[in-house]
Amino acid sequence: MLDFLQMVVSGIAVGSSYALMGLAMVIIYKTSEVPNFAQGEMALISVFFAFMLLSHYGIPSYIAFPSTLAFAAILGFFLEFTVLRRAKNPNVLGMIVITIGLEMILLGLVSWKFGADHKDMPFPISPYESFAIGKMFVSTLEVLTLCVALVMMVTLFLFFRFSKLGMAVKATQQNRSAARLMGIRTNRIMMFTWGMSSVVGCVAGLLLTPVSMDPFMMWDPMLKGFASAVLGGMTSLPGAVFGAYMLGIIENLFGGYVSIEFKSVVAFVIIVLVLCVKPSGLFARHYVKKV
Amino acid sequence: MDMKRDYYEDVKLFTSGVGFFWFLVLMVFLAAYPFLVKNYYVYVANYIAINIIVVIGLNILVGYTGQISLGHAGFFAIGAYGTLILMTKLSFPFLLALPVSALIASVFGFLLGLPALRLEGPYLSIATLGFGLTITRVIGKIEFFGGRQGLHAPELVIGPWHLNTDRDFYYLLMVITVLMTVGARNLIKTRVGRAFVAIRDADIAAETMGVNLVFYKTLAFAVSAFYTGIAGGLFAFVLRFIEPELFSLFMSIMFLAMVVVGGLGSIMGSIAGACLLGWLDLQLRNILSLPYIGSWLESLSKSYFSLTGVSNIQFILFGLIMVLIMLFEPLGIFGIWIRTKKYWKTWPF
Repeated sequence: MLDFLQMVVSGIAVGSSYALMGLAMVIIYKTSEVPNFAQGEMALISVFFAFMLLSHYGIPSYIAFPSTLAFAAILGFFLEFTVLRRAKNPNVLGMIVITIGLEMILLGLVSWKFGADHKDMPFPISPYESFAIGKMFVSTLEVLTLCVALVMMVTLFLFFRFSKLGMAVKATQQNRSAARLMGIRTNRIMMFTWGMSSVVGCVAGLLLTPVSMDPFMMWDPMLKGFASAVLGGMTSLPGAVFGAYMLGIIENLFGGYVSIEFKSVVAFVIIVLVLCVKPSGLFARHYVKKV
Repeated sequence: MDMKRDYYEDVKLFTSGVGFFWFLVLMVFLAAYPFLVKNYYVYVANYIAINIIVVIGLNILVGYTGQISLGHAGFFAIGAYGTLILMTKLSFPFLLALPVSALIASVFGFLLGLPALRLEGPYLSIATLGFGLTITRVIGKIEFFGGRQGLHAPELVIGPWHLNTDRDFYYLLMVITVLMTVGARNLIKTRVGRAFVAIRDADIAAETMGVNLVFYKTLAFAVSAFYTGIAGGLFAFVLRFIEPELFSLFMSIMFLAMVVVGGLGSIMGSIAGACLLGWLDLQLRNILSLPYIGSWLESLSKSYFSLTGVSNIQFILFGLIMVLIMLFEPLGIFGIWIRTKKYWKTWPF
């Protein structure tokens, strides 16, 4: 029983980082229908920016982390403005290819600059600190991840529910041309959503750095985040969060009870099974296409 | 002159004597190629020929049927491992092992096609991507498939011939490549190919016109997987050693990049894309020894980047090619060729 609880707890912690990546993907997919494969590498380059500030220039972390978030936002604006907006007659395949191309460019830049070897991030919290709740051990980092993820989710919820800008984003998501007619600058909204999702992804990346940091660190979280977004329906923010926690917990239980070797592929098996039953994910309304 | 008057004129392989002449020239060139160049370039040609087969197969799926696949490295791995396992463990002859393993790949393609019936866009891409990752993970973990150590290719014997060198293998590979290319071209021109194109353009409309979606979508996956499986089996003999890490997600991405760069929905484009990116891939592996650019890149890396990560420039370059092609010429090299042709046809005007 204790083992089970321990696995569920660490599953929730892993799920939190998947949830952040999934949220980042959903935010972009909802407005521009682009499945953003570059999400992980956008986070990666921001994370290495933080690494550079902290260890090369010795900037204290209370300045370095906010400026990393600002960098992530600017990166998102920049990519949308220079690349995605220029795409002629975009279709899904074209968008996938463009984002994969961006991903490779960013990955190449980071690993050209920093080499492929493992880095030690001077993060304020060590991954080995932990404390006990009853008989369970929970690491401080896991708690921090969970808290930050929850704070981000609540912030996003409040933002979309109550702020004027959030309403404008939602309007753009529902009907772009109508939103435009209502006086919303949809182009600017698109740019803004890319910046926002880049920041969310960057937070996820920063929380992963104490465990492992190298140019390929974001592959797995990105794919899992994407998988959980797909599981939740790709257009629903709560769906992505639910999918992420489900994947995190199932993955850990599978790793603990069945086989540790196939732990990382079980997510995709679940995805395929779920998609066979509900082709648009668990939470999205089924998309009906007109000819 | 481009007007087709009847069906047989449309399916004809050579529309004019000029085309047939150039085909013969190409064949003679391909036959003479190993005698004209150094050994390394024969290896390059083999490598590119493998890519051509895969890219044509993937183009049937992506360019003609309009489905997305990020998991073709999985089929490639099935082809490679299937051929080697059948030959070493069950002592099949090569010419039997190759099609049998390609058929195994196409069974997997059929199975992957079943969920694909109801999926599209990001849903389909994550499903195929998961398939590719799962296949390599499973192969890497099972001892029967050589595990992490990989497998060595046995000696290749076909009838009385022992194909030991790249040169010997080249001829076998070229025959298969030409056959596969002509086969794909013919497939596209028939009822099946037209059904694929109809599904790409509007699947619901195609269904109302009587195209059996279940059959043709799974068929597209199976045919594409068959091509990839054949290429995988041949690839095992080009490298002579395979291990699970080879068949990564990056490989699937490269195949997709070749399709897109060459041109979606065009056999000729597939060949061009495979040649260009396959050649670049081999050239960029030792980027610092390139003439002219090499030394400049070395000093650039020393002063601004790191020297250990210099091989990652190939990621940047491939990414740039993909993005730029998609932004400026969505039809790829084939689109450029069509436009140049049109321009010169009506030249002074």
